[in-house]
Amino acid sequence: MNREKDYEVVIGLEVHAELATSSKIFCSCSTEFGGLPNTHCCPGCIGMPGTLPVLNKNVVEFAIRAGLATNCEISGFTKMDRKNYFYPDLPRAYQISQYDIPICKDGFIEIEINGVKKKIRIARIHIEEDAGKLVHDQWSTGSLVDYNRSGVPLIEIVTYPDMNSAEEARLFLEGLKAILQYTGVSDCKMQEGSLRADVNISVKPKSQEELGVRTEMKNLNSFRAIIRAIEAESRRQIEELESGGKIYRETRRWDDEKGVSFSMRSKEEAQDYRYFPESDIPPVIIDSEWVEEIRKSLPELPETRKRRYMEEYGLPAYDAEIITSSKALSDFFEETVKNGANAKTASNWIMGELLRLLKEKGVEDDSIPFPPVHLAKLIDIIEKGIITGTIAKKVFDNMFDSGKDPVAIVDEQGLKVVADTGTLLPVVKKVIENNPGSVADYKAGKTKALGFLMGQAMRETKGKADPKLINQLFIEELEKL
Amino acid sequence: MELHELSISQLGSLIKNKEVSIPKLTRYMLDRIEKLDSAYGCYITVAEEKAMEQAADVQARLDGGNLDSPLAGIPMAVKDNICTKGILTTCASRMLYNFIPPYDAHVVGKLYENGAILLGKVNMDEFAMGSSTESSYFKKTFNPLDTERVPGGSSGGAAAAVASGEAIYCLGSYTGGSIRQPAAFCGCVGIKPTYGLVSRFGLVAYASSFDQVGPLTRTVSDCAMVLGAIAGHDPMDATSTRKRIPDYTKALVQDVRGLRIGIPGEFVDDSVDEDIRNAVFKAIQVFSEQGAECKEISIPVMEYVVPTYYIIALAEASSNLARYDGVKYGYRTSEYKDLIDMCKRTRSEGFGTEVKRRILLGTYVLSSGYFDAYYKKALKARTIISREFGRAFEECDIIMGPVAPTTAYKIGEKINDPLKMYMEDIFTVPANITGLPALAIPAGIDRNNMPIGLQLIGKRFDESTIFRAGYTFEQTIGSNWTSSRMNNQVNNQVKNK
Ligand SMILES: [Zn+2]
Repeated sequence: MNREKDYEVVIGLEVHAELATSSKIFCSCSTEFGGLPNTHCCPGCIGMPGTLPVLNKNVVEFAIRAGLATNCEISGFTKMDRKNYFYPDLPRAYQISQYDIPICKDGFIEIEINGVKKKIRIARIHIEEDAGKLVHDQWSTGSLVDYNRSGVPLIEIVTYPDMNSAEEARLFLEGLKAILQYTGVSDCKMQEGSLRADVNISVKPKSQEELGVRTEMKNLNSFRAIIRAIEAESRRQIEELESGGKIYRETRRWDDEKGVSFSMRSKEEAQDYRYFPESDIPPVIIDSEWVEEIRKSLPELPETRKRRYMEEYGLPAYDAEIITSSKALSDFFEETVKNGANAKTASNWIMGELLRLLKEKGVEDDSIPFPPVHLAKLIDIIEKGIITGTIAKKVFDNMFDSGKDPVAIVDEQGLKVVADTGTLLPVVKKVIENNPGSVADYKAGKTKALGFLMGQAMRETKGKADPKLINQLFIEELEKL
Repeated sequence: MELHELSISQLGSLIKNKEVSIPKLTRYMLDRIEKLDSAYGCYITVAEEKAMEQAADVQARLDGGNLDSPLAGIPMAVKDNICTKGILTTCASRMLYNFIPPYDAHVVGKLYENGAILLGKVNMDEFAMGSSTESSYFKKTFNPLDTERVPGGSSGGAAAAVASGEAIYCLGSYTGGSIRQPAAFCGCVGIKPTYGLVSRFGLVAYASSFDQVGPLTRTVSDCAMVLGAIAGHDPMDATSTRKRIPDYTKALVQDVRGLRIGIPGEFVDDSVDEDIRNAVFKAIQVFSEQGAECKEISIPVMEYVVPTYYIIALAEASSNLARYDGVKYGYRTSEYKDLIDMCKRTRSEGFGTEVKRRILLGTYVLSSGYFDAYYKKALKARTIISREFGRAFEECDIIMGPVAPTTAYKIGEKINDPLKMYMEDIFTVPANITGLPALAIPAGIDRNNMPIGLQLIGKRFDESTIFRAGYTFEQTIGSNWTSSRMNNQVNNQVKNK
């Protein structure tokens, strides 16, 4: 019995985004990803006695930017707090975070689901430091620890439980990611762990007012894992309730390979973090002038850009949405247009061939292997009739693989359109001779047969034949029969 | 007078006039440590080789005209919770028995710039947790004026080294009473600067919102000179002030006319030893004769000062000391089952009893369910206490009282009674809670010939006024009366040992 439709799923997210500052939150060490273990470290990053944290002002500014871009209120007065727990990857045995006075609060992001707009409220955005990581090597009997990530600045964005499906959560995350990328707050590279989320889920019968008991899944580091985890966990909860069971408040670990979650520890025995004010860092006063300065410096945000694409370029809402959801893609599109390409054509190429190849080859959209000007040139030579559409796809593939200029590719491989009757007429005649069946069909009024014949001719000419000319030649030759 | 009895400026002029070379002076001090320290136990580490290298180097800088500081060539020692690059910094704990910092504390760097010679690292209570230097993992320090008595703490090694002439001056650290109380117990001068005046970078944290570094010296002018050298902004400590630091030696004038000195009734009540009370009354007389206006004031919150201080300090300590887990540096237990087991055993074996007691108390007051009742309440009390002191300073420029309710007590007398030990801090912690500067100066002796300390608390960042008052007092009663008498007493103790 499927009762899922009788239940409402309630989802809240806690998203951790790594800030794109060049140095760490409390020292001048580099935040660069990778590097040999413990090479982006100073005595402060590994919590040596006597070292003190000094707050990087850029981190505060980045958080304010994120807050403004998500419609938050910015606190005039904020402070840091200590979250105490023992784990070897946390060098001071406390994480410097924010407890009761986050930098930003009470914001929202708007999503659009089935054509209806919905506000997902943001409760707070606060700053904190990342921890190092434990390395369990097979060749070593013990554990090793790498503190390169220790002190990398993060913001934690906490939503209200305003989402009611995995799809809504996905839309929210897509929207958030785009905002963080547009504002330069975070590069949101999930594969490097710079965007990850904890998911809180509960379910309740639709008729019920109060929320159900929620469970939490921590550190999900891909959109796919988040969606799958939400779907599986809400199903698990509904099944549990349907079979007369109970949901316990607990933290669960999501195993993305197996597609199931496991109970980790219940909240009853949860750690007491003993939060208290961090006295090594004086409170931060954020005056309204500073906030206004940052507000003025904010770039065009995805929502505005999307509207502009629809109004200015006449792109369909769907295309505008897809392109603007990624800053990299959107910037690529803008550059292509700036280089003279027709916006709609450029959008078609991006939505079609480019996205297909990125997906096929597993390339991230911020690493498109050729510059926008190449796409503009490609569009240009198609429009000028120098190459055919069929050839253009080939050139595009080649451009993607080699990074070469499309004009050079066309020249090197002799891909220009063939448009002289002397060359094409014998081809047309040959195709007619070899395909008496199709010719008969055509003669019997099945005009579709002409398409087949033209395809054959295109194959003969490796796609280079001028379609208009060849069409005309076929009609003329078939008339003669 | 012998070299070790001289003040910084006296030694400075000897060095300047080439009457003594810096290497010779340093050698002299090292020999003295060698001879005396088995009796007093001031030092955890004597940095002999490094000191001699430094001495030669500073002499060369001075001869080359590249150095102009009153501290150039003066041998000193640093409390063992202040980081010294390449030199063991143990906090008198097994936990850091092998810790050699790869950096200097800001204050140490400043002293090196001024040409100071580091003789070594002096003993203290483990992680500065104590008032008698009895909780050091390595050794006890004895009061050089009576070796059956404690030197005070936690900067006991520093005070004893200054009193016994094993160092010309020392850097100590304050969280609660430490520096002023040992200074009082050993007849020295010590100042707790305004919170934020001196960088805490490189000071191993005990309670971050109280910790300060300060000098321990034999005279007020020595104290002013050393403080001038270490004070000022440090980009590595976000709580350090950006204020311009005045020349404290300019405050060294014998003039207190018109100065308003308030004496809280609570500072001279029955809980205070009679000899100490009398010393305070004598001081009132001295200041009045010099033209100051002394009046009784009241600070009714005094009874909340010690609990407020301990709750906040121990809460911070429980967090600050959590990093010692055997993973990164310092002591690590030899046998363990897994990560958590290693951490537990390391901490059980690496910390002493008093440190564990304080970590447990601090953890308790921060725990959910107790946080509001203890920690949060203490924060409120801290605000109220600060406000009351602020109000008191509307009617006076200095608040005066004893440093401690007793003089140096016998070794072992209070170590098993933590509450009694904590109450030792009653007159010193107000300055720490409020962040105000406070100077301790010798003010006579008690019936057992043990020195009595007088405390002058000033307004925020107004170290100059308490230096002026302290200097006036010291000059009026005779600048060296304590130390020459002390010197004899110290020598007698050595003979007795
Ligand atoms: Zn660092």
